[in-house]
Amino acid sequence: MIRNITISRGGKARRGHGFRRGRGAAFVALAMTASFLGVVVLAVLLITVARDGIGVLGLDFINSYPSYKPEEAGAKSALAGTLWVMAFTALFAIIAGVGAAIYLEEFARRSWITRVIEININNLAGVPSVVYGLLGLAVFVYGMGLGRSILAGALTLALLILPIIIVASREGLRSVPPSMREAAMALGATRWQAVWHQVLPAAVPTILTGFILALARAIGETAPLIVVGAFTTVLFVPTSPTDSFTVLPVQIYSWIGRPLPAFQENAAAGIVLLLTVLMMMNAVAIIVRNVYSRRSRW
Amino acid sequence: MANTIAESARKRRLRQRLREAPILAFLFTCALVSVVTTVGIVLVLLEEALLFFREVSVVEFLTGTEWTPLFSIKQFGVLPLLSATALISFMALGIAFPVGLLTAIYLSEYAPEGIRSTVKPVLEVLAGIPTVVFGFFAISFINPSIIKPLFNTDTIFTALGAAMAMGVMLIPMVASLSEDAMRAVPTSLREGAYAVGSDRFQVSVKVVVPAALSGIVAAALLALARAVGETMIVTIAAGGVSNLSWNPLEAMQTMTAYIMEVATGDTPRGTVEYESIFAVGLMLFLFTLSLNLLAQLVLAKFREIYE
Repeated sequence: MIRNITISRGGKARRGHGFRRGRGAAFVALAMTASFLGVVVLAVLLITVARDGIGVLGLDFINSYPSYKPEEAGAKSALAGTLWVMAFTALFAIIAGVGAAIYLEEFARRSWITRVIEININNLAGVPSVVYGLLGLAVFVYGMGLGRSILAGALTLALLILPIIIVASREGLRSVPPSMREAAMALGATRWQAVWHQVLPAAVPTILTGFILALARAIGETAPLIVVGAFTTVLFVPTSPTDSFTVLPVQIYSWIGRPLPAFQENAAAGIVLLLTVLMMMNAVAIIVRNVYSRRSRW
Repeated sequence: MANTIAESARKRRLRQRLREAPILAFLFTCALVSVVTTVGIVLVLLEEALLFFREVSVVEFLTGTEWTPLFSIKQFGVLPLLSATALISFMALGIAFPVGLLTAIYLSEYAPEGIRSTVKPVLEVLAGIPTVVFGFFAISFINPSIIKPLFNTDTIFTALGAAMAMGVMLIPMVASLSEDAMRAVPTSLREGAYAVGSDRFQVSVKVVVPAALSGIVAAALLALARAVGETMIVTIAAGGVSNLSWNPLEAMQTMTAYIMEVATGDTPRGTVEYESIFAVGLMLFLFTLSLNLLAQLVLAKFREIYE
């Protein structure tokens, strides 16, 4: 019976098979429990939020302005604010992010400047979002005189998600085989023409997926927008990018801070709304990835 | 004849290059935005912090034990904010690190494909949940339903509640970074260990984990940096009063929560309160930057390189 052999090393008897099996089983049980902890907590979280919020959620909630009466309060201005801020964030971030990625991937020679830029992008991703808020407050709100406006908020968030978009876009560009650039350039295209007409279109799915996920991150951001001044009661739908604003997560935070318990239900309803939007964006990102990966041409 | 063709081709190329010069310049500008952002962050924080330190001495700031900038007698000792940040961050890591590491070991070494493909997306969803939601979860579930019955306290806000919510928030990060490191360990190492008679537990804990240690340590450091900079959970669930205490059942205010307190109020520019959030922000920035750099250093220096 080979199984029951105990090997001795340096005179000290090794522990037998029964011990090893018991230890293995206990460890697997522990590791498995740890793995399912996340699943359990997510379930509890969703149930808590849904239980508190579902009663309030309805067309009235989406169609009403904030109010000091919890039963009349709604998220209309916050939803509108989120749409406005996201539209401008998306615009700024996609241009600057993809532009930077194209430069770094397609044009930059290996030099100290590109190295500095790369190290810098790595470190920017680790800067707390509230610090971006301080930057936005000093530069956009006061320095550029934008005030506590949609534009100031959108610029702040665009800088915040820029590293994510640059990394995703570079990955997308890198996955396009060099032969495509070479073929285009052999036919007389300049480097830029090759990138613009051939490489970039081929990289769109990866870039788009990263872009949607980055926007999903921006939609949930609360702290930087509060610092640039989104913590206000907004009783109108903004009509211009220089208007003051609030967004859904900030509105949720402001409800959480109210002492009346009924406002907690509004907060929960706002969270259900926010999570629904996020799930939809994630679903779109997954669909984009799947649809295009099937159509891959090389 | 041939000459003129070559000539016109050259002219065409020159024209193209001239036309594309602005495009290139624009792309380069885009790449510079990230550098300008970093420089901007550093300059803005330094500028306002210097104004702050003109009114409050650095020594008073770093050694004072009272933080009451919004009271009539203003005191600017940052220690209560620091201790609260440290306590909550380490408690959060104390939850997230073991759970995240065990999750990573399970997913990388044990889990059958079916479980892997369920747990991983769930963790991704958990990672995508906005922090304001975790804050709500802390005060609407963790504090009343777990901490209150367990410790018999009456406080609505506790450092422990915030730390638990933050710990949950950090699990996906620790798990996915550690798992990446473990999956990068070559199979031959595992096979070698099996060949000399190790069981699965020994392979996982005594071979794979040590081989992936640099990645695991970096994951812990990055998670700690994230915890230090986390804002909404502590603002909502840990309370808004600065408190120099190591009792996790008390309410306390972190550095980030203080910034939020001033930001949600009406503090005009040029006041010492306004400047104080930049001084605290500078400190926060230095802490998170050091932790991030340390993580990168660990990855670069102690990485095991396999063929």
